[in-house]
Amino acid sequence: MNKPIRRVSIFCLVLILALMVRTNWVQGVQAESWATNKNNKRQQYDRYAHPRGNIIVGGQPVTKSDFVNGLRYKYKRSWVDGPMYAPVTGYSSQVFGSNQLESLEDGILSGTDDRLFFRNTLDMLTGEQKRGGDVVTTINAKAQKAAWDGLGDKKGAAVALDPKTGAILALVSTPSYDPGTIAGSESGDSKAWTDLNADPNKPMLNRALKETYPPGSTFKLVTATAAFENGLYQNINDATSTPDPYKLPGTNTVLNNESPTERCENATLKSGMDQSCNTVYAKMGADLGKEKMRAQAEKFGFNSTIDTPVRSEKSIFPDSASLDGTAQDSIGQHDTRATPLQMAMVSAAIANNGSLMQPYLVDQERSASLTTISKHTEKQFSQPMSPSTAQKMQDLMVSVVENGTGKNAKIPGLQVGGKTGTAQHGEDNAGLPFAWFTSWAKTSDGQSVAVAVVVEDGSDNRDGISGGRLAAPIAKAVMQAVLGK
Amino acid sequence: MSTYDLSGDSGRAGRRRTAAERATGRRRGNTTISPQGAPNRRNTELALLAFAVVLPILAYANVGLAMDSALPAGMLGYGLGMGALALIAHLLVRRFAPYADPLILPIATLLNGLGVVMIWRLDKAGKLLTANFPAARNQLIWSALGIGLFIAVMVFLKDHRVLQRYTYISMVAALVLLAAPAFFPARAEDFGAKIWIRLGGFSIQPGEFAKIILTVFFAGYLMVKRDALALASRRFMGLYLPRGRDLGPIVVIWLLSLLILIFENDLGTSFLFFGLFVVMLYVATERTSWILFGLLMSVGGAVAVAMTTSHVKVRIDAWLDPMAAFGPHPPTGATEQIGQSLMALGSGGVTGSGLGQGRSWLINFAAKSDFILGSFGEELGLAGLMAIFLLYALLVQRGLRTALAARDPFGKLFAVGLASAMAIQVFVVAGGVTGLIPLTGMTMPFLAQGGSSVVANWALIAILLKISDSARRPGVEPAPATEGQGGPAR
Repeated sequence: MNKPIRRVSIFCLVLILALMVRTNWVQGVQAESWATNKNNKRQQYDRYAHPRGNIIVGGQPVTKSDFVNGLRYKYKRSWVDGPMYAPVTGYSSQVFGSNQLESLEDGILSGTDDRLFFRNTLDMLTGEQKRGGDVVTTINAKAQKAAWDGLGDKKGAAVALDPKTGAILALVSTPSYDPGTIAGSESGDSKAWTDLNADPNKPMLNRALKETYPPGSTFKLVTATAAFENGLYQNINDATSTPDPYKLPGTNTVLNNESPTERCENATLKSGMDQSCNTVYAKMGADLGKEKMRAQAEKFGFNSTIDTPVRSEKSIFPDSASLDGTAQDSIGQHDTRATPLQMAMVSAAIANNGSLMQPYLVDQERSASLTTISKHTEKQFSQPMSPSTAQKMQDLMVSVVENGTGKNAKIPGLQVGGKTGTAQHGEDNAGLPFAWFTSWAKTSDGQSVAVAVVVEDGSDNRDGISGGRLAAPIAKAVMQAVLGK
Repeated sequence: MSTYDLSGDSGRAGRRRTAAERATGRRRGNTTISPQGAPNRRNTELALLAFAVVLPILAYANVGLAMDSALPAGMLGYGLGMGALALIAHLLVRRFAPYADPLILPIATLLNGLGVVMIWRLDKAGKLLTANFPAARNQLIWSALGIGLFIAVMVFLKDHRVLQRYTYISMVAALVLLAAPAFFPARAEDFGAKIWIRLGGFSIQPGEFAKIILTVFFAGYLMVKRDALALASRRFMGLYLPRGRDLGPIVVIWLLSLLILIFENDLGTSFLFFGLFVVMLYVATERTSWILFGLLMSVGGAVAVAMTTSHVKVRIDAWLDPMAAFGPHPPTGATEQIGQSLMALGSGGVTGSGLGQGRSWLINFAAKSDFILGSFGEELGLAGLMAIFLLYALLVQRGLRTALAARDPFGKLFAVGLASAMAIQVFVVAGGVTGLIPLTGMTMPFLAQGGSSVVANWALIAILLKISDSARRPGVEPAPATEGQGGPAR
């Protein structure tokens, strides 16, 4: 019987060997994919097993990591001024995941980033508690507060940029929410999560980056830039040969201006901009044609997403089939869409003498011991216009604030340029219009800021009333906060 | 009982003897096999046993330090308890089985000790583990009872051959034990498997005891019938085909294992039971054709059952796609267990999270029992699981070594049966937990929570030690001229 016993013993060894090979496969080869499987809750628990790093605004953390010592989660995220900073930080929830900076910078915040490896190993050896690194944002706390207070209980968004660097100085969206209410794993958090998602006002939508609106008359800045860049007009005082009312090319549709009191017939670029003449700029867009208009819009960032690093929604300059469509696209109606960030970028490029800087939200990533891990280097996004065109555009915008629809943004002691917008929307344009204002301001010593504000459900169809009255004061407050006037 | 041996046809007997002689020649000088003058290795056993007691105590301290940053309060009591049990077992082996294999007892003690530590560690997970109730103390009590049974076997089983007398009684007892769970209702969390006998708050898993009792029956039965089964066969296409009437027993066992599968939904026991029979049949008859038959029958049976009942199909589907249970529309009867186990193993990686620092409670209520290997895999890593598999491999190989050395065919068959049952069980359980084969729901010998399993396996160890003692004992019986082959008649 010994021969079969030997064979059985080989068979038994083969069985155990098979187990060993299989275990090596699962725990060695496949280990990483099982460890990071989306159903593996360990990752979730690990994220809150140590204090999470903070997101810093103006040297102060706007987030906290509270020791709650729960059964599964040791720490919980909380926010200082959560609703105001939610569009900047995003949320970080024990059970509902995370978004925006909390998600994109999770490696640093939770301390798992490879660049923190040396630090973590050192902490492990010295027995120090593991802690995530910090993310330093570019947000200016005063500007953020000014935008937040300005929007108040209105629905809308505001973005402020430093034209010289691209740094995002304010990023506000209203109505907002406190991410702290959904950060935990209790039933209250579940209820808050359900309620927030069901809310028709979409408080969790980051309107500053993720919502596109018809830009209305603010888009005339892009059309005017295209006209100068393509040599259609040389000077802001060049008269245009524009009939009022203007019949859209190839159709019998007549385009009117917003108010019969406006003098738009054959108006100059400057006068057309001051009064926000639809006829002048619609005809200008049609004269330039779709391709030139689109090329100019794309240089400003239209038709592409922008990573701040939080990815913005695409602003759209459409591929209209006919010239009448392009004419309407050129005054920011029809199918043209823009995010508030996009319109701030238009003003920033004009204010920065034609050079558009890449917008960014994160200035530094640093370890728990405050060592800088990475620092943003400024870079140009594009050059949408020549410095001379930029100078003409600045003159146009200054005139709007001095003489036109943007008087509400005037700030004593500062050079301010702006453009109002009132975008109609809805079926037969029946909805309350979106009120826009985009502007820039400069001090005599060269500091500058660019802002875009949108307020949903404006009260009147006329620029001066909606854009100028609702949005411009908010932009003014933000510019004052940044430049200290 | 030896008539078949005497009437065996001379040609075949001659061929067998030459093979045996070759084998003996190859192994000359091997101290395990040739017992003359061999040291009894009891001191080796004591040293290994000390290691097997100290290691779990260190693991216990490790859990306490990791989870409470303090040495556990019960450490002294636990250490003394385990140490005392091991010492008593060792002293009894010295007295009643002095020549027994020195590795078997330490390996069993080590596995048992590690199992208790892991169960205690999961007790400490508290509410994190669904339906968690402290089980470490009970496991320790069961271990004590198991060692009690071990002692009883040591003291009262003078010679393993006595069990041969109970061949047919064993058969009846095993059948009763295997059939009994079918008459008790299954709980929801058992996923339809009926493997328990429940009386009041008390439950036993008869399959674990049936494993040993069936081995007694198979060994006794095959020892008597093996020549009939082996010799009265026709040669067909290079294979020895058994006569129709000799096929009877294997067909009966096959049907019985299918009945267990159908009525108790117990894939594991069914597979173990049939696999054990095929292995023992092969060893008894030396006919490879039996293995072929066995494989065909088990595959055929499994396919037939899988096609007619949902239970096996559910298990196979869960094996093919363990993550399906996590999807938005999990298939009926799907369980997260296998996926959770694989994620526990993967998260443990090569070195593991460290004792007390893993989250194997995610596997849920089976984390201490059927899936305890997942818990070990997460906290001790690939390195720890390899060590555990090696311990089992060593235990099985020492059992098979005992079978080689045993001087009587009953002892040989018995030892082969016990050792290969252990190997099959380890393969079936660990294969299920690591996703190598469909999950069957059996317990890991010694490691897993479960009184029946611990008690039955300690009895198994005691019997193996007894057989080993008689195999290695010098000069009590005349050494057989050709080892093993002849049985008492030679």
